[in-house]
Amino acid sequence: MKIINLIRLAIKALQRNKLRALLTMLGIIIGVASVITMMSIGEGSKQSINASLASMGSNMITIMPSSNEPGGARMMGSSLKTLTSKDIDALKEGAKNIAEISPLVNSSGQSISGANNWPTSIQGVAPGYLDIRKVVVQDGIIFSEQDVRSSAKVCLLGKTVVDNLFPNGDSPIGKIIRFGKIPFQVIGTLVPKGTSNFGQDQDDIIIAPYTTVQKRITSSIYFNQIYASAISEDASDAAVTEINSILRASHRLRDGQDNDFQVRTQAELMTMMNSTSSMMTALLTAVASISLVIGGIGIMNIMYVSVTERTREIGLRMSIGARGIDILLQFLIEAIMISITGGIIGVLLGISAAIIVPSMLNWPTVISESSIVISFFVCAVTGIFFGYYPALKASKLDPIEALRYE
Amino acid sequence: MTANKILEIHDVKREFVMGDQIVRALKGISFDVNAGEFLTIMGSSGSGKTTLLNMLGCLDKPTDGIYMLDNVNVKELSRDELARLRNTKIGFVFQAYNLLPRTTALENVELPLMYNPTIGTQERKDRAIAALEAVKLGDRFDHTPNQLSGGQQQRVAIARALVNEPVMILADEATGNLDTRTSYEIMSLMQDLNANGKTIVFVTHEPDIAAFSSRTVMLKDGRIVKDTQNTNRRSASEALAGLPVSDDY
Repeated sequence: MKIINLIRLAIKALQRNKLRALLTMLGIIIGVASVITMMSIGEGSKQSINASLASMGSNMITIMPSSNEPGGARMMGSSLKTLTSKDIDALKEGAKNIAEISPLVNSSGQSISGANNWPTSIQGVAPGYLDIRKVVVQDGIIFSEQDVRSSAKVCLLGKTVVDNLFPNGDSPIGKIIRFGKIPFQVIGTLVPKGTSNFGQDQDDIIIAPYTTVQKRITSSIYFNQIYASAISEDASDAAVTEINSILRASHRLRDGQDNDFQVRTQAELMTMMNSTSSMMTALLTAVASISLVIGGIGIMNIMYVSVTERTREIGLRMSIGARGIDILLQFLIEAIMISITGGIIGVLLGISAAIIVPSMLNWPTVISESSIVISFFVCAVTGIFFGYYPALKASKLDPIEALRYE
Repeated sequence: MTANKILEIHDVKREFVMGDQIVRALKGISFDVNAGEFLTIMGSSGSGKTTLLNMLGCLDKPTDGIYMLDNVNVKELSRDELARLRNTKIGFVFQAYNLLPRTTALENVELPLMYNPTIGTQERKDRAIAALEAVKLGDRFDHTPNQLSGGQQQRVAIARALVNEPVMILADEATGNLDTRTSYEIMSLMQDLNANGKTIVFVTHEPDIAAFSSRTVMLKDGRIVKDTQNTNRRSASEALAGLPVSDDY
């Protein structure tokens, strides 16, 4: 029989059992739709991580305190006390591959302006911080080295803080706000950066000279972190080596003793985050693929039922001249039609899910053509693979017995 | 030589192996069928009638002996070649009609031609229409089997058997599911086809039906016990006219 007639026959057979065909397709539909959705969510988060890490500055280096004590209670990195202004001075003096350097001291508390108040966090930094973290001043100016030296009570506000302390739209520049009990003069506002990958509002900050924060708020000589930028992205690794040796010398660590600090580059962070997100994508895709396989088994099952149900029809077709290959193709094409129709519906559902997800869950998605092509291909293969055995069974029937089958 | 021989059957045997036993269904059968004959094969159940029918229909091959259908030795053919032979040379009519459900009469009749790649769409349709008109169902093209009576369904089946212009129509108890009047109608149709030159082989166990044929072969225990020309052949249309008109209650 000609292929075009076989396809018509398959369409007719499926139309006769619409509900059954739909239920059989369901496994494939869910499988394909979830594969595409998962892959687009994975791809989207990967791209947004890369974009936001790049926006933080691709040659940024983070130095965090860490513990080199093998036993005892482990503490959070940022609460450990190993980094001081002595380290900053040593690095400024010794590291040739570092362009800018800034400590970070942070504290959270209540900010107050007139009748308005807002819980936020204050970050004590050096002026270089803005350049390292790619933070841009929107209005006003950044404090100077002089302000740092004199522990001036000046600050810059992120957009969230501005919105909450100055709800009626007044310019905050020049106004006095309080953070806890300490008054600060607002000298600038920051360009909004939006939400970070970790769901943190990056605009909910106050930036002030680190000396002021240390003296007035944290009353500690230690830093939570040190940020530095390498002179170029390629110099990152050299900078890390320099930082390691300078800090080991400055901390008087003997050979064989572990570092009491950690140095991370942005590239490292990017690889780490990407590998996490790739692993999640791979896992989710694997789960979705299982549903594709189950869908395939569903097709196989229903095709076996269909062959048994239509044994007499097969017998008749054979008795009037259908060859084994005609019967095989008839059932195989029917199975492929089921899986491909399911695949098309699944692709459409997956694409719509990938379009709806960002607006509902605020997750970025990127639909990759490869995921569509792959899942469609997998569908066709599923149809052939799981449809083949029932079709083969049908083609091997003995026409005499098939005709008499009750 | 006289007429053109459609079937030549010489010492045909068919044995089945059931476990460690050999069942000999046909124990050496020989007969010829000429073009234009109307042959009935009779016999009680277990006589080898069905086995012979399957063989004649090229659904089965003899274990031993020679079966020539239209000068082709069936025994030497593969499964696919047998299918081709069934498609072009034989028209089957079954007791249970075996029409495809939810498929129109026209599509049912077109079916054998679908498996013949040399016939195009338009020719297929034209021939199916002609076949349905030949069995007087010219007004029932779009009816599905469940919209047709038993007799009409059997006529669709006969049209399907005719459509590929076979050398032989092979009927298996074709009137077995029908009442007397409808049986006679079908037999009358068969006689008309025979009169137009079709060779018909009709398997039945009803002597009543056999009386309409031109020749009867009687089987018993896998052998032919009687092979007679029917001198006193009845006309089905006359028999139909003779039936009392009391059926429509």
